[in-house]
Amino acid sequence: MGAPPLTIWEHAQLQGYTRRDFIKFCGWIAAAAGIQSNGVAQVVKSLDTKPRLPVVWFHFQECTCCSESFIRSSHPIVSDIVLDKISLDYTETLQAAAGKQAEEALHATMKKYRGEYLMLVEGSVPTAEGGIYCCIGGRTALDIVKEAAEGAKAIVAWGSCASNGCIQASHPNPTGATPIHRIITGKPIINVPGCPPIAEVMAGTIVHLLAFDRIPELDGLGRPRAFYSRRVHDTCYRRPNYDAGLFVESFDDENARRGYCLYKVGCRGPVTYNSCGVIRWNNGVSYPIQSGHGCIGCSEANFWDNGPFYQHLAAFPGFGIETTADKVGVVLGVATAAGIAAHAVSTNIRKRKLIQEEIKSSDTSGDSKKGGA
Amino acid sequence: MEQLSIRRVYVWQLPVRLYHWVNALVVLALAATGYLIGRPLAIANASEASFSYWFGTVRFIHFVAAFLFFFNFLFRIYWGFVGNAYARWPNFLPFRREQLREAVDVLKVDILQATVTPLDSVGHNPLAGFTYFLTFLAFLFQSVTGFGMYAAMSDSWLPRMFAWIVPLMGGDFAVRQWHHMMMWFFVLFAMVHVYLVFYHDYVEGRGVISSMAGGWKFVEKRQK
Repeated sequence: MGAPPLTIWEHAQLQGYTRRDFIKFCGWIAAAAGIQSNGVAQVVKSLDTKPRLPVVWFHFQECTCCSESFIRSSHPIVSDIVLDKISLDYTETLQAAAGKQAEEALHATMKKYRGEYLMLVEGSVPTAEGGIYCCIGGRTALDIVKEAAEGAKAIVAWGSCASNGCIQASHPNPTGATPIHRIITGKPIINVPGCPPIAEVMAGTIVHLLAFDRIPELDGLGRPRAFYSRRVHDTCYRRPNYDAGLFVESFDDENARRGYCLYKVGCRGPVTYNSCGVIRWNNGVSYPIQSGHGCIGCSEANFWDNGPFYQHLAAFPGFGIETTADKVGVVLGVATAAGIAAHAVSTNIRKRKLIQEEIKSSDTSGDSKKGGA
Repeated sequence: MEQLSIRRVYVWQLPVRLYHWVNALVVLALAATGYLIGRPLAIANASEASFSYWFGTVRFIHFVAAFLFFFNFLFRIYWGFVGNAYARWPNFLPFRREQLREAVDVLKVDILQATVTPLDSVGHNPLAGFTYFLTFLAFLFQSVTGFGMYAAMSDSWLPRMFAWIVPLMGGDFAVRQWHHMMMWFFVLFAMVHVYLVFYHDYVEGRGVISSMAGGWKFVEKRQK
């Protein structure tokens, strides 16, 4: 272990890649990370000189859809990233080791690369009742995440679970599921929300870290700006229908067949920040709206609580799921109108005498002073 | 019966009246277009998107009205510091003892419809003043949430100043929901406000309705 670790380029040579392959790869990953073409040289230089990035990938309260999405990344091909350019030392889903060996591999990396390894977290961390709702190797997720974060260079919170809690944090959140940024402080944390996030977005985030050795530009919610700065609505190919006021009224109508905007059947595109409309899914084949279903806003916090999915406005809290703010508003408006009418009637009864007196007194004093308009 | 003599008081200065009517118009426009944006009409027919833009126009009117509303609101805040005695902030924060006592009287006159001695205030009565203060808070809330949502589609500095509200409220969805719910406050406020103006004009005969056009109110002379 005395020799310095191989750089990424040296590693690629060992595997029989030519310089040409390597440069092509650099071009790919630069594109994936949203870097413009004049930045490619910088990517090449850093992969030439940097050793592989040690990475540990944790799985807590999650469904592994993030991993499933990630391994379907096509640009760059995920095996290139996972197997060649980073050193994925621990991940429950993909590793061969199990039990004691797996734990040993994890701890060896955490010790050897203290302060250098990248920590990827998939899933939220339960905090209720001391965190007993998620245990690995006899330890709670809460314990593990704190220990691993201690020596991590940066943390990537994969998916909505790790970045905002997703379904297990939805009301009433029985396990106290908590996103990573609420548990760990003092470390750079990149949130990559989505259920799952788009494969190319995940790859692009890793590639940025790999190539530049610093975290990508983040927005107010800690998400990489390159992928989360625009709403699905802003990049939607159905957007012209929205501006033209052409809406699908129900999923089986003529408007749906014509591909009108899904706004009125609950599409969350206007309130969801993601790259679905641009990068799309499954190697750019399609995305939910293109397939005729509204966006459910899976990369937004609390999207499970913002239901029903097929309604534009959420249920008004405390009034049952069918009751929107508009229904409540109309009822209040009618009640107000009724109150006003009753008040007007009662005014004429109870203040009758007063008004009559005033009319009389104004008759007697009307000439002495200029009256009102 | 004692002789009543009437005194004219110039209560609402021209800027206050202008503010009031600009506000009334833009709030009307905002509520109407806002409701449509939240619940678009089903006027879609077998058409191509390239031939129409009505929903975009509705949104455009909403945004233009929003800017007017916001600057009009800012102007009113300013005028609360430099306007006449009836326009100033203490009218909207009626926490002095006699103001509180009068607020109770107003409740008696308006809700219980009891007959009490005539109210002291010439401008806003304390209860109305405080209600307007609440509407100012609603104005602020609508401005912040509205511009917060608008920030996503704008590079200009004004909406960007309010972008912080979105993460604070947990995302655009929640912001939109609250912005929409608050619209109903304006509807209910307008109904009650217009009714009460008619009511006071009818019962007190001081020319409350016309005061917002000409600025003058008519007050019994025995008052200060």
